[in-house]
Amino acid sequence: MVAARVLMAKTSLDGHWRGINVVSRALRDGGFEVILAGMVTADTIARIAADEDVDLIGLHVGGRVEVVERILDTLAANGITTPVIAGGTIPHYAVARLEKRNVSCFPPGSALDDIVARARELTAQDVVNEEE
Amino acid sequence: MGERESADALLRSAIGGDRRALARLLSVVEAGGAPFRVIAPQIFAAGRGTHTVGLTGAPGAGKSTLTDALVTEVRRHGSRVAVVAVDPSSPLSGGAILGDRVRLRQQNVVDDDVYVRSMASRGQLGGLSLAVPEVIRTLDAAGWPVVLIETVGVGQSEVAITENADTTVVVLNPGWGDEVQANKAGLLEIADVLVVNKADRPGVQATVRDLERMLHLGKVQPWAPAVLTTIATDGTGVDRLWQVITDHQRFLAETGEREHRRAQRRIAEVRERVLHELTDVSSRVERSHAGALIIGALAKGEIDPVTASDRLIRLAAGRMADAR
Ligand SMILES: Nc1nc2c(ncn2[C@@H]2O[C@H](COP(=O)(O)OP(=O)(O)O)[C@@H](O)[C@H]2O)c(=O)[nH]1
Ligand SMILES: [Mg+2]
Repeated sequence: MVAARVLMAKTSLDGHWRGINVVSRALRDGGFEVILAGMVTADTIARIAADEDVDLIGLHVGGRVEVVERILDTLAANGITTPVIAGGTIPHYAVARLEKRNVSCFPPGSALDDIVARARELTAQDVVNEEE
Repeated sequence: MGERESADALLRSAIGGDRRALARLLSVVEAGGAPFRVIAPQIFAAGRGTHTVGLTGAPGAGKSTLTDALVTEVRRHGSRVAVVAVDPSSPLSGGAILGDRVRLRQQNVVDDDVYVRSMASRGQLGGLSLAVPEVIRTLDAAGWPVVLIETVGVGQSEVAITENADTTVVVLNPGWGDEVQANKAGLLEIADVLVVNKADRPGVQATVRDLERMLHLGKVQPWAPAVLTTIATDGTGVDRLWQVITDHQRFLAETGEREHRRAQRRIAEVRERVLHELTDVSSRVERSHAGALIIGALAKGEIDPVTASDRLIRLAAGRMADAR
């Protein structure tokens, strides 16, 4: 069986790197291969998601929903249909806006188990059973 | 990825230069399953003979930073370059954190002539030592003439990876001599080039002297490993490092050593593959109904171990005959 691959990226400088590290570790412990990208632009996220053939993209949000929306636009423009989850500081009004675009949101206080469970759901169809 | 493109079509597109197809194809190759096996001969046949450079050393030695600096240097010379960055998996969950990309500068990430792929050391069928050579072959088939491979040089299997490279660069730091005594011999044996990175730190000259002394103790070889110093964070010494790597490449080509080494590596690779696949069949047979009966009889003392293994082997042989 092959592990699902998740790209974790920071969308702004104010988001804490610590938060993304905690989520990354939880995903690793849940059996995911987590590719850390650091602080990157929308174009870069699209490039890495494609080159690394990831099954899921995790965005760490630093309060500004517009940045995330620009990333979603860039992914769409590049034909990347990989599911997206978002965590970090996401304002209330933004959660609804993002969920409407199929982004699963995990504002501060979300349980790590819930994040991992959602990641499993979103990548489930990619898990190919290699046993005959 | 939802739609199941055929591995064959992916390979054709990847050979034609389609980057997205290459990315998907590498996932198929890494998984090592039936779709990969079908196209393995075509991948091999499409190989153009890429030059592979392995960078290995302790965690934190600066391998990723140096890889990024080397990518920049290779690009300065105009060649396209791919990177395979391997990080260890968690033995408990099988998951992994692949953090080498954090050291890549933006300019290299978005460069169309740079391709970077992160891999975990476990999780592939056959383990890393089987997956890495096939990933390299695939990059070769897709027209990447230089492949840099970063691995952590601590465990046995990781050191074995560097045997996949034409040129092995061992990355050390000042003061290293005192720290990793035990690994010294092993690392020096595999090194074609020794790099003392973090040369902005104290103790560089002493470390270089130490290494040179140890190298001179060894037997005289046609290629004498060079000891270089770099500061990966600002690029100091990286031009010289690339120069020495290309010198080594020329040495391998001119002496016929390259083909010899590659042939030896293929033989070693196949030995490992055969062992792995036999082990795999064996454990499947044990878990099968007929196998469980034999193991049960063995546990109760109804049959002896030699008879039990003979029967298991006969079952395995039958299964393999059916599968082929
Ligand atoms: N002072 C100094 N630090 C360096 C140098 N090269 C890398 N580093 C730092 O060493 C740390 C580990 O580097 P990294 O490339 O991730 O090491 P790896 O684990 O071997 O891949 C990072 O903080 C780098 O910035 C160098 O030449 N000098
Ligand atoms: Mg590294």
